[in-house]
Amino acid sequence: MRYSALQVFLNGLTGNKNWKPVWRNPEPKSHYDVIIIGGGGHGLSTAYYLAAKYGITNVAVLERGYLGGGNVGRNTTIVRANYFLEGNSQFYSHSLKMWESLEQELNYNVMLSQRGQVILGHSDGQVDSLARRGNMMRMQGDDAELWSREETKRQLPYLNHDDPRFPVYGALMHWRGGTARHDAVAWGFARGADMRGVDLIQNCEVKGFRIENGKVLGVETSRGYIGAGKVGMTVAGRTSQVGEMAGLRLPIESHVLQAFVTEGLKPIMPHVVSFGMGHFYLSQSDKGGLVFGGDLDMYNSYAQRGNLPMVEHVAEAGMALMPMIGKAKMLRSWGGIMDMSMDGTPIIDKTHIDGFFLNCGWCYGGFKAVPASGDCFAHLISTGNHHKAADKFLLSRFETGHVIDETGNGATPNLH
Amino acid sequence: MRINCPICGERDSREFHYRGSAKLLDRPAPDAGAEAFYDYVYIRENPTGLNRELWFHDSGCRSWIVAERNVTTHEFFKTELAVDAKRGAK
Repeated sequence: MRYSALQVFLNGLTGNKNWKPVWRNPEPKSHYDVIIIGGGGHGLSTAYYLAAKYGITNVAVLERGYLGGGNVGRNTTIVRANYFLEGNSQFYSHSLKMWESLEQELNYNVMLSQRGQVILGHSDGQVDSLARRGNMMRMQGDDAELWSREETKRQLPYLNHDDPRFPVYGALMHWRGGTARHDAVAWGFARGADMRGVDLIQNCEVKGFRIENGKVLGVETSRGYIGAGKVGMTVAGRTSQVGEMAGLRLPIESHVLQAFVTEGLKPIMPHVVSFGMGHFYLSQSDKGGLVFGGDLDMYNSYAQRGNLPMVEHVAEAGMALMPMIGKAKMLRSWGGIMDMSMDGTPIIDKTHIDGFFLNCGWCYGGFKAVPASGDCFAHLISTGNHHKAADKFLLSRFETGHVIDETGNGATPNLH
Repeated sequence: MRINCPICGERDSREFHYRGSAKLLDRPAPDAGAEAFYDYVYIRENPTGLNRELWFHDSGCRSWIVAERNVTTHEFFKTELAVDAKRGAK
């Protein structure tokens, strides 16, 4: 069913009794042209673009739990294209352009809100680096606006601009950045894929791969063996385990990142704000809760929950930036498992196994990448060639020295 | 999380800095070749269970420690000084 205002009206007249489930719950077939492992944002968007754009509809998405139950439902919903380095810059630019027409493409309201994303600078040097970043963003064709100290104060009056340790010297505004409703993104792609014939198979855990003569033949799952022409994995957080089943050794560590939300408040902040002091960023959801997050807990972890020291650290950063946040009650905190790559940049590539494709290493930037990741991964799977927006995300870059290290921290995944 | 420092005893994890996998103790010989160094610098086992890892007690005795920790439950098992771990491995 195509969603429209007329449908809402007509269904309203009949007591809303005729809405149908948005996707089927099919039994797995014995063979698919393409199997995607992982029913999160990236897996669902890959399946959608395989069917909608690249003409491959005999596709299954295998999900161990339920659709959208992993990191696509656990992030802080920020969308932006403010990257610096060749490789990242064109990719996130491509992704943001896809976000801007995503609702029309999917006929689904993902509640994209381009409310603007601001990074604060707290020293002359930091403001200089923001100016440089802004120039790089504009050269990529995206928008960036450097704000003076006075302009920042005028636009963001609710911040503590005169903190003695971290005074606000200026800011970089990226107006096309913002937020989207994270679950709706997963649901929209799932619906679109299902409508085009993709089988979304939940409660189906991958247990192993059948690989012969260097070619993948199919997938062993908790619901039996399923044959496949090609297999793509989008299991960020669990990449090392699924990869190991196929004999891959990867430059990935798994870390836990926490996020937080306060009780609902009246509208107080219209933008997404990133503190330049450390890793702290916040925005206000449409329900009114302040949604914020900070650093990783710093140690390897597969627990989808964090520890208290980081809760305290994030709360301190919030208090330093925006003292009035102390009046709000923190409602919930949660954790997600980040696929931290060794240079902080994702991998979308083929592997040494014929027909086996890899999409991983999203660190904590996977949500904004969902549309472009699916598009570029579907392009790679269907054509065998890299999409031009993602042709630097190679697995071999660590071996050849072509790392894309946005923060310049080297091979320390917890610091990216 | 509390970490049992071999010198200071059990201390709050906030006193420690995390470095990563203890495989970093096994630096290849200078002439081991590019592939060995690629493996050393970039490749990680990233297990879901027991991980051998390096912690630095920077607010305490400033020793490097090798800890065995379950990365799903965050439970610590054995801890020893990195220097002892390295000697023991030889």
